[in-house]
Amino acid sequence: MSDSGVASIFLQNLPVMVVAIPLLLAAIVAVVPVPRLAWMLALAGIGGSFLAAILLQSITQSVGRVTYHLGNWEPPWGIEFVVDSATSLTLVVMSGLAFLATLFARGSLLAEINHKDLGKCYAAWLLACGGLFGLVGTGDAFNLFVFLEISALSSVILISMGAGTDRRALSAGFNYLIIGAVGATFYVIGVGFLYAITGTLNIVDLAARISDIGGGAALYAGFGFIIAGIMVKAAIFPVHIWLPAAYGYAPSAVSSLLAAIATKAALYVLARMLFTLFEGVPAITEIALNYVIIPLSLAGIFVGTIMAIYEKDIKILLAQSSVAQIGYISLGFGLASAAGVSASFIHIANHALIKGGLFMAVGSFVAALGSRANMNSFVGIGRRMPITAAAFMVCGLSLAGLPLTAGFISKLYLIRAILSVDAYLIAALVLLSSALSLIYLWKIVEVMWMQPAPAKSPQLVENPAIYLPLWIVALGNIWFGVDASWLVSASRAAAAALIGGGL
Amino acid sequence: MLMQLASIWNYLIVILLMMMGLFIVISHENLVKKLVGLSIFQTSVFLFYITLGRVSGGTAPILTDAPDTVYSNPLPHVLILTAIVVGVATIALGLALILRINEAFGSIEEDEILAAKNQSAAADMMPSKPGADS
Amino acid sequence: MMTAQTALLIGILAPLVVAILTPFLAVRNLWRDAAGPIGGVVTFIAALHVALAVHAGETPRLFVAQIADGLAIEFAVTPLGAIFGLVASGLWILAALYTVGYMRGNHEKHQTRFAAFYAVAVHAAMAIAWSGNLLVLFIFYEILTFSTYPLVTHKESQAARDAGRLYMSILVGTSIVLLLPAVIWVWMATGNLEFRSGGILEGVLDPKMAPFLLALFAFGVGKAALMPIHRWLPAAMVAPTPVSALLHAVAVVKAGVFTILTVVVYVFGIDFLSSSGASLWLVWLASFTILASSFVAITKDDIKARLAYSTISQLSYIVLGAAIATSVAAQGAALHIVMHAAGKITLFFCAGAIYVQAHLTKVSELDGQGREMPWVFAAFFIGALSIIGIPPAGGSWSKFLLMVGAVDAQLYVVLAVLGLSSLLNIYYLLEPLSRGFFRPKIKDVTVDSHPLVVIPPVITALLSLALFFYADLFADLASMMVAP
Repeated sequence: MSDSGVASIFLQNLPVMVVAIPLLLAAIVAVVPVPRLAWMLALAGIGGSFLAAILLQSITQSVGRVTYHLGNWEPPWGIEFVVDSATSLTLVVMSGLAFLATLFARGSLLAEINHKDLGKCYAAWLLACGGLFGLVGTGDAFNLFVFLEISALSSVILISMGAGTDRRALSAGFNYLIIGAVGATFYVIGVGFLYAITGTLNIVDLAARISDIGGGAALYAGFGFIIAGIMVKAAIFPVHIWLPAAYGYAPSAVSSLLAAIATKAALYVLARMLFTLFEGVPAITEIALNYVIIPLSLAGIFVGTIMAIYEKDIKILLAQSSVAQIGYISLGFGLASAAGVSASFIHIANHALIKGGLFMAVGSFVAALGSRANMNSFVGIGRRMPITAAAFMVCGLSLAGLPLTAGFISKLYLIRAILSVDAYLIAALVLLSSALSLIYLWKIVEVMWMQPAPAKSPQLVENPAIYLPLWIVALGNIWFGVDASWLVSASRAAAAALIGGGL
Repeated sequence: MLMQLASIWNYLIVILLMMMGLFIVISHENLVKKLVGLSIFQTSVFLFYITLGRVSGGTAPILTDAPDTVYSNPLPHVLILTAIVVGVATIALGLALILRINEAFGSIEEDEILAAKNQSAAADMMPSKPGADS
Repeated sequence: MMTAQTALLIGILAPLVVAILTPFLAVRNLWRDAAGPIGGVVTFIAALHVALAVHAGETPRLFVAQIADGLAIEFAVTPLGAIFGLVASGLWILAALYTVGYMRGNHEKHQTRFAAFYAVAVHAAMAIAWSGNLLVLFIFYEILTFSTYPLVTHKESQAARDAGRLYMSILVGTSIVLLLPAVIWVWMATGNLEFRSGGILEGVLDPKMAPFLLALFAFGVGKAALMPIHRWLPAAMVAPTPVSALLHAVAVVKAGVFTILTVVVYVFGIDFLSSSGASLWLVWLASFTILASSFVAITKDDIKARLAYSTISQLSYIVLGAAIATSVAAQGAALHIVMHAAGKITLFFCAGAIYVQAHLTKVSELDGQGREMPWVFAAFFIGALSIIGIPPAGGSWSKFLLMVGAVDAQLYVVLAVLGLSSLLNIYYLLEPLSRGFFRPKIKDVTVDSHPLVVIPPVITALLSLALFFYADLFADLASMMVAP
């Protein structure tokens, strides 16, 4: 096959390439016996997705919307992939962070997983990424369920791989399996109701027919089930309870990957459901946004932050913090204004950088320490592993929202979006929670830097294969804190695509 | 009222199975039983779709040569085939995990597993011994 | 010769360069210890160049990066910024020298880390002084807080850690919960965050909302230590004295009152503020802080604690000057930034010198020690004069202008407040001196003489005297600040 042939196949089928490359490679990687080869294939696969996502982003900047019909079957009977500005931004963020996480995984997984399981781990890795990319890119409601389950099941596998170091990963994976399956089934029930009244499964077609129908018990029931199901995947309070244990006991590279991209995909789907699928029934979406999404987001923000303050295990602490950050994102969607939605997209990107980086740093600590990262094992580690600790500090300050970091940009635009709809109480609560988040960050900082290491601690070696990708992410936090123009404009375009209207 | 309920008897069964399945998932402590509950829950959804697809006076959606046949809607059947496969994968993965959990914790009852986990957590918080490395 | 813009760049970068080089220079103590004063001289020369350019009517500018539309990292020197830049850089030279003497005399650990973060803090202060818009000011305000944390907790004792927690929670807490929304409010009201003479809020902000916005700023700028946001200051006294000197004269607190004064003059605009009456409540709160903290200072036996509460009181002088919202009062406030800096740094240098040389920390222990450390006590005397506001010390000018400003605004009660405050200052500042010279010794201590901790306070004391006679540059810059 000539070079131009491959390239043109790639270019003509971009939307599906993002998903197909990882999925196809997953099948191959599963049977590759050599771990390093498996890793390289995984890296190549996700790199291919990243490239496709970037190309898609530049196309949607000019064209606005790309549709792709799978198998050349016409929608609404055939399945189509729809990529608009919001989709492409999410895909770029997800594939970019997945790529960095894969770079990081090479060194980190070696330290935490049995050597002979690495090949299968990378296969599950590719499946998870492919499933999540498909979740974002698809334009068919049932196809969405399929990708939902692909990503869920492969995530369960990835999480359970943590059993090599801590057996609690197994029950964390099992709980995630059960709760995730219930959530996905709720989604299917909802789709069933919608199919019953509209007769179609294509999202665009559904949206049109739903606005024709306008109301009715079946529509409301379907709406409720769909939103509830997606909320489980997105880890919105109170159905977030699977997240702390799942991210806490998974291998560090897996935590980094999932924290950066998994819940983001679900949040994107939530926005897509609320703003595109149910665009025609504003009465009920408003009720959902004002009486469900916003209060639950605020609850999640505070519950996550307060649980993090009292948590001693570092990875579980970061996972609880993720629950709070997810609350910020869903809060932005809940505002249902262009400003709010674009602030959410900004935070989708920035939080991926922040949490991805933090979990990578913890992975680096764990790889050197050989034990779980908690307040006891972290004593004095700032001086024993300065390179990693400095990167942890950068990402941590970004989490707290120090100016010149990515987290500050998110906070700035989120507060502004909240103030522009005159929601002063919500703004005060968000600022308060932001100040509270400093408490748990500072507890870690104090333990890391302010306490001397115990007397006979062994020398700790920092692995460049692990801390180089970590530092790329940390520097990314600073870069997007100083030059946020691309992200802000892409987020505005995404919000325009979802809700319409300018900022 | 009773007549109305009788006319939607298929949906009533769906709801019954759904609630039974959910209840089993939530209330039982045995992990295998949870999976069984999940399976029942998912089966109720399959039934939901299939009964949706039934057209009055329709036959199975398999093409015959008779020109005036009324077929039931084939699409839900296709969807459910997919969902069944997903369900099978989920149960298989769940059972595999239960095997490993049994190996690691020595039990498949949630309360005993929780007790074992709390032991691990307490051990975690002991100050790390110098020279500890894996 | 250097353009003003180059001087601007040098002034901001030089302290940062010192900070980055310090760990590498630490191979020899002498190189590391010399880096601070040398960096200070370079920065001061740059600051002087910038100030002279501003005095001549220029506005040196430097654009660094565009964050997003309407938000840019840029620097632009206002007359007030020129004043603060001179204060920060000039006093850094002396503080750096003093630090060397103090740290060596006390055999402190982690001197390299200390020196590095010290330089970062000065860098942040310079960036605040010369910030081109509210966003840049906020950015470096936060950086200043975080970079001074290791300095406050330097001793790494439990007390230091507790003080550090209080420090961070008050300063970062107020800046996130109050200052940030204030900045965003201005951003939303005006579409930008620029500083302009006469303010940018006139016409876009409903005058009835102005007091609330001002309150967000006043309480959000925790570094100005307005009551009840003042508790971090006495807690931070647990740090080594060079840090207290830095915190209380040069970087942190001055950054706080500089922010408030900048907001009043360049964001609200003095005319808008006085016509809307939005700052009247702040006049009373500042007055209350002045008197209450002076009363508390009287009760404190620990020298540094007494000086801490004196600082809280003096900072509210500047806030008062800003709140009175007349042009003369604002000038008095700007001038007080300079005068108080020189006077207070003298007092803290002396307190540290007494600790290093005689290991005494309490006022009640000072009986008769004046004869053992005459230079130190003499410097303390002049510094005290400046704080009290008696000629020929520089502080008398700023106090005078504040009083005239109060009369301009017909706030005669403020005159009484300022007068009463001077009386209280006399009591708690002259008590150590009277004990030192006029009472027999009660503690027999051997005094180790360390010239490097004695010379800087003498120099700053002479500076306080000199500022009485040669305050022209600062006075001119202050009047340019309020000129339309």
